[in-house]
Amino acid sequence: MRTMVPEKPKGFAWLVVGAAALWMGLAILLPLVSVFVEAFRQGAAAYFASFQDPDAQAAIKLTLQVALVAVPLNALFGLAAAWLIAKFEFAGKGLLLTLIDLPFSLSPVISGLVWVLVFGANGWFGPLLDQLGVRIIFTYTGILLATILVTFPFVARELIPLMQAQGTDEETAAVTLGAGGRDIVWRVTLPNIAWALVYGVLLCNARAMGEFGAVSVVSGHIRGLTDTMPLHVEALYNDYNFVAAFAVASLLAGLALVTLAVKTLLEWRFSSELASGARR
Amino acid sequence: MSGVSQASSHPARAAEDGGRAQGLAVKDVAKRFGRFPALKGVSISAEPGEFLALLGPSGSGKTTLLRIIAGLETPDAGTVFLQSEDFLAQTPRERRVGMVFQSYALFRHMTVAKNIAFGLEVLPRAQRPRKAEIKARVKQLLALIQLEDLGGRYPRQLSGGQQQRVALARALAIEPRVLLLDEPFGALDAKVRKELRYWLRRIHDETGVTTIFVTHDQEEAMDLADRVAVLKEGRIEQVGAPEALHEHPASAFVFDFLGESNRLPCHLSGDLAAFDGFSAPAVVAPGASGNTTAWFRPHETELSGEGPGLGVTVTGVHNQGGLVRVDLSAADGSTFEVDLPRVSRPTGLGVGAQLKLRPRRVFVFADAPVP
Repeated sequence: MRTMVPEKPKGFAWLVVGAAALWMGLAILLPLVSVFVEAFRQGAAAYFASFQDPDAQAAIKLTLQVALVAVPLNALFGLAAAWLIAKFEFAGKGLLLTLIDLPFSLSPVISGLVWVLVFGANGWFGPLLDQLGVRIIFTYTGILLATILVTFPFVARELIPLMQAQGTDEETAAVTLGAGGRDIVWRVTLPNIAWALVYGVLLCNARAMGEFGAVSVVSGHIRGLTDTMPLHVEALYNDYNFVAAFAVASLLAGLALVTLAVKTLLEWRFSSELASGARR
Repeated sequence: MSGVSQASSHPARAAEDGGRAQGLAVKDVAKRFGRFPALKGVSISAEPGEFLALLGPSGSGKTTLLRIIAGLETPDAGTVFLQSEDFLAQTPRERRVGMVFQSYALFRHMTVAKNIAFGLEVLPRAQRPRKAEIKARVKQLLALIQLEDLGGRYPRQLSGGQQQRVALARALAIEPRVLLLDEPFGALDAKVRKELRYWLRRIHDETGVTTIFVTHDQEEAMDLADRVAVLKEGRIEQVGAPEALHEHPASAFVFDFLGESNRLPCHLSGDLAAFDGFSAPAVVAPGASGNTTAWFRPHETELSGEGPGLGVTVTGVHNQGGLVRVDLSAADGSTFEVDLPRVSRPTGLGVGAQLKLRPRRVFVFADAPVP
């Protein structure tokens, strides 16, 4: 590697590093800082008063309720899918991998729109659901479905490469040592992927709470009822209520920072284990 | 450790049982993977306390056979018995077979001690030894593999050779009735391989556990095992003691696989192979006759400046420690290798030299293709 680092143009190297740092600062750091600056523009009292608003509280509550269901479901699904893909050979494996990735390549608006097409008033099952008195679009259920679809790949994507790299050697050894299925899962498979799973869940959670596009399509923007935090931020912003908008936004930004911090911590603390996992 | 001492009395117990104890018996086992036949009807048995090597090139089915014995694969046909127990009707746990893998397959998130204890800790509650008992056994096994002080380390902190010793201790912890080793030293460098080879044999002799060892390294197999089974394309080509395989190989394949070989057309009459103007004593396998191929080893070949023999030209001379390996080619383009002790190296041996080649002893087989 050393030979690939050019020795001579020291000044040029600094120029490139400086340009990258400047770009990072402009594109990432500045917006992040501005969220907090704007949120506290009228002082801490105004900042905290923003959370007293019942609509804001409803938005926070709804967001938590959605994440609380969507994240565990997608964690379970991701675990099962990664386990299938990494530990077994079966027909259609490539198709499953592609399907898992689909939400990544799909515009979130489409991820919301498909539910409207299926369950909306003019959708496939709309009239039937209407007769049964079941409403999905413009309700919690619709928001949940849209969120699940958007955050579908996060846990699976985090686990699949790790589990594929680890292979099935340890499980096979456990079988020869007399371990049953439950012992193998709890003592061998899960401990080997625990930190990747935690990380995947964090990413999934951050996206579940922060999703805008898909949720926007199915929510109907009913304040205090179907507005999640990102939707509420937009509504407040459109009302020229900047302090409140940025206050709620600061919560989401804080969530992003916490996620990042935990990720860094995990990588620092368990880097050797992750590295040994990659080596095999 | 109680397990080790118990197991070491095993051969004695087998002797008391008289002829009744048959060890492990594999019969007519066949297995296909899709359209690829991995095993085409293999029968082999291992006596109690025996060290048996399965030797063959990759794809010969040796690992598949091992995995069937361990319960990791199910054969399409055939039976596997240990004594009077039908192995195929048992789960891997019931079989109590220890297995060591080429990749070590240690549990990476567990310490060495935890790895060794694993097989005991997953036992059903009724059979599981007490905590203190498990700890004591782990300690004894750590002593057996000479890693007393490394119980608290993680596998990634150990060298390859140390990891494989831990894998062996882990397999021995369950007091296996049969110990299976799948190319255990394949990922190690030559020096460590050799050390571990003798060490493994010592452990086997101490514990007395019936051991089946898979390898593609003939030297390893011949060096370690009481008996060697040579596999080829899903069939057993020959089973025998290393000495017997060397002295009476059953086929050209076995002869060729067990070491480097030279070939020369000959006419067989009795136990003499006649060549053009000279002859050599032949070890004749059943069914071989007439015009056939003589096979011989580089170290059982003479080179001289004159006299009877095949005219050859030296194309290369390589010094290999105490030996000199000489590459030769004949007028018809066929090539030969000859190993000479350095001390008896003829004068004037250099590339381009014209010499006479004469095998001291040849082997003749029924299946030998005429080159």
